[in-house]
Amino acid sequence: MNAKEIDQQTLLQNEKDPLTHTPVHLLSLDGVAKHYGNIIALSDVTMAVDNGRVTCVLGDNGAGKSTLIKIIAGLHQHDAGILKVMGEDRKFASPRDALDVGIATVYQDLAVVPLMPIWRNFFLGSELTSGFGPFKSMDVEKMKDITLKELAAMGIDLRDVEQPIGQLSGGERQCVAIARAVYFGAKVLILDEPTAALGVKQSGVVLRYILQARDRGLGVIFITHNPHHAFPVGDRFLLLKRGKSIGYYDKKDITLDELTAQMAGGAELAELAHELEQLGGHGDIVKEVQGEVADVSQTTGKTYE
Amino acid sequence: MTVTQTKTESAAPDERVAKRSPFQKLLGRPEVGALVGAIVLFIFFALVSPTFTQPGALATIMYGSSTIGIMAVGVSLLMIGGEFDLSTGVAVITSALTASLFSWYFTTNVWVGVGLALVVSLSIGFINGWILIKTKLPSFIVTLATFLMLTGLNLGLTRLIGGSVSSPSISNMEGFDSARAVFASSVTIGGVDVKITVFIWFALVAVATWVLMRTRVGNWIFAVGGDANAARAVGVPVKATKIGLFMAVGFCAWILGMHNLFAFDTVQSGEGVGNEFLYIIAAVIGGCLLTGGYGSAIGGAIGAFIFGMANKGIVYAQWNPDWFKFFLGLMLLLATIVNLIVKRRAELK
Repeated sequence: MNAKEIDQQTLLQNEKDPLTHTPVHLLSLDGVAKHYGNIIALSDVTMAVDNGRVTCVLGDNGAGKSTLIKIIAGLHQHDAGILKVMGEDRKFASPRDALDVGIATVYQDLAVVPLMPIWRNFFLGSELTSGFGPFKSMDVEKMKDITLKELAAMGIDLRDVEQPIGQLSGGERQCVAIARAVYFGAKVLILDEPTAALGVKQSGVVLRYILQARDRGLGVIFITHNPHHAFPVGDRFLLLKRGKSIGYYDKKDITLDELTAQMAGGAELAELAHELEQLGGHGDIVKEVQGEVADVSQTTGKTYE
Repeated sequence: MTVTQTKTESAAPDERVAKRSPFQKLLGRPEVGALVGAIVLFIFFALVSPTFTQPGALATIMYGSSTIGIMAVGVSLLMIGGEFDLSTGVAVITSALTASLFSWYFTTNVWVGVGLALVVSLSIGFINGWILIKTKLPSFIVTLATFLMLTGLNLGLTRLIGGSVSSPSISNMEGFDSARAVFASSVTIGGVDVKITVFIWFALVAVATWVLMRTRVGNWIFAVGGDANAARAVGVPVKATKIGLFMAVGFCAWILGMHNLFAFDTVQSGEGVGNEFLYIIAAVIGGCLLTGGYGSAIGGAIGAFIFGMANKGIVYAQWNPDWFKFFLGLMLLLATIVNLIVKRRAELK
């Protein structure tokens, strides 16, 4: 349990008031930008993460979602702008740095090693040890027990934590990764497209864990390209497109339809419908897309003809 | 927008787990294929040749196995960590030559040379690892370059310093006898001389197994070999782990190099070429995946034992040793196929 307590302490040091949301944000980005050579991957992104709140980052492929979380998780460093943790200016040199201040990331590829047993994956990088000096060894039994218990708390009932994690289903692996982050005292939990590869039912399970993590007081960053997954659980929505922020809304200021419309980009849908028609696309599909364009026009009050 | 495929398999995960019997779990161990192979080979040679099971013959086989096995320990760990090292064969000779030539040239106590050889061996490992990390080149290229450079240095420096292709004799120098006692003596057990390298080998296997199974570093070794990006993302020091593994190989090369030096007194500077493959073969036969992330130190030891048995068994069976390489190749192929099946089963359900 040591690891958990120490991590919490580092976090709480600079925190003025963990339960109300002023005056410091758990994590805040101000005008953050990143370029790889002459490619601008991300520019001028501003967002905030607070305890017990879910911040959704929405965007299509190539919108810069991955770059954004890589900066927050310490895999890349931002080139401009300010990243603050507990009101303190930070630039993470490595994922270890980010983990040490309580930012845990559940990656799309889950950051699990498929051939390794579940318990080894659960404690990877933060193993529990006993003994002294060169004779320090892992406390294997304790780690297995904790893994079993923590996963049970997440609703995954496993008899054997010795099996390779690659044998679990996608949803289960996702939950192991979330359970791991929660156990190690994460304050900010970043979920990178956790529902992208999952079926409807398993997506529901993962969304429930997001709410569970939120209720435990974590600040959650939920990355997705699916507004139908984001809207029910999110408190704030950051919309990205081609590396730029195209909107940052509080839940009370936006509806699901508006969110979808913003995401899909009404103008592009109209163009797509037009293109399909010209190519002699299937009549039904063209109609469907045109219907969606009409919906979008309604909700945004603009016309795209 | 919504994901339309449906999966319902996660309903009862523990039933699926319960289906695995203890026997199936045993089959999942990395070294089990090699163990079965070793037992079959042992019985085979015992039937073919009556001298094979004599204590003296067994001691000889164990000695032959240990000279491969000591290196196979380091090479197995490195392979589990996702890399491999082609410079090991000549690095052993480099270590022996360093100790020999330094002690001879400066007429110091040979232990000074032994100490310097350790530094050199660890440095070679460090340089291999460091270049690998910095350049992100595959270890095949980096260690192939080291292999060629060391081969050249061994020959060139030996001739430059000692004036010959083999290192000068150091048997009458100070400290030689004590060093020989440590690296190249024999222990008599039940009337049979067992070389000390056998015990060093066992000790190394025990330490390596403990490190792999019971320490944080062991967890990191599996992780950097299984998925280095995932390991880095959860805070594993990937670079340090990989460099450390190359240095562990260097340490093993030092031990074997010292044995070669003090067992034979002089070292041929052109030796060692090709031996790197024997160590890799031992590790692969023992169940280490070439792609990393899976394997065991015991497996590498069993691989070395199979090698030793096949090598000596052919002699005891009075066959033409020409066939040896054929057997070795066949063993390697079979072992790799077994490993492949194991990995597929572990990754897919």
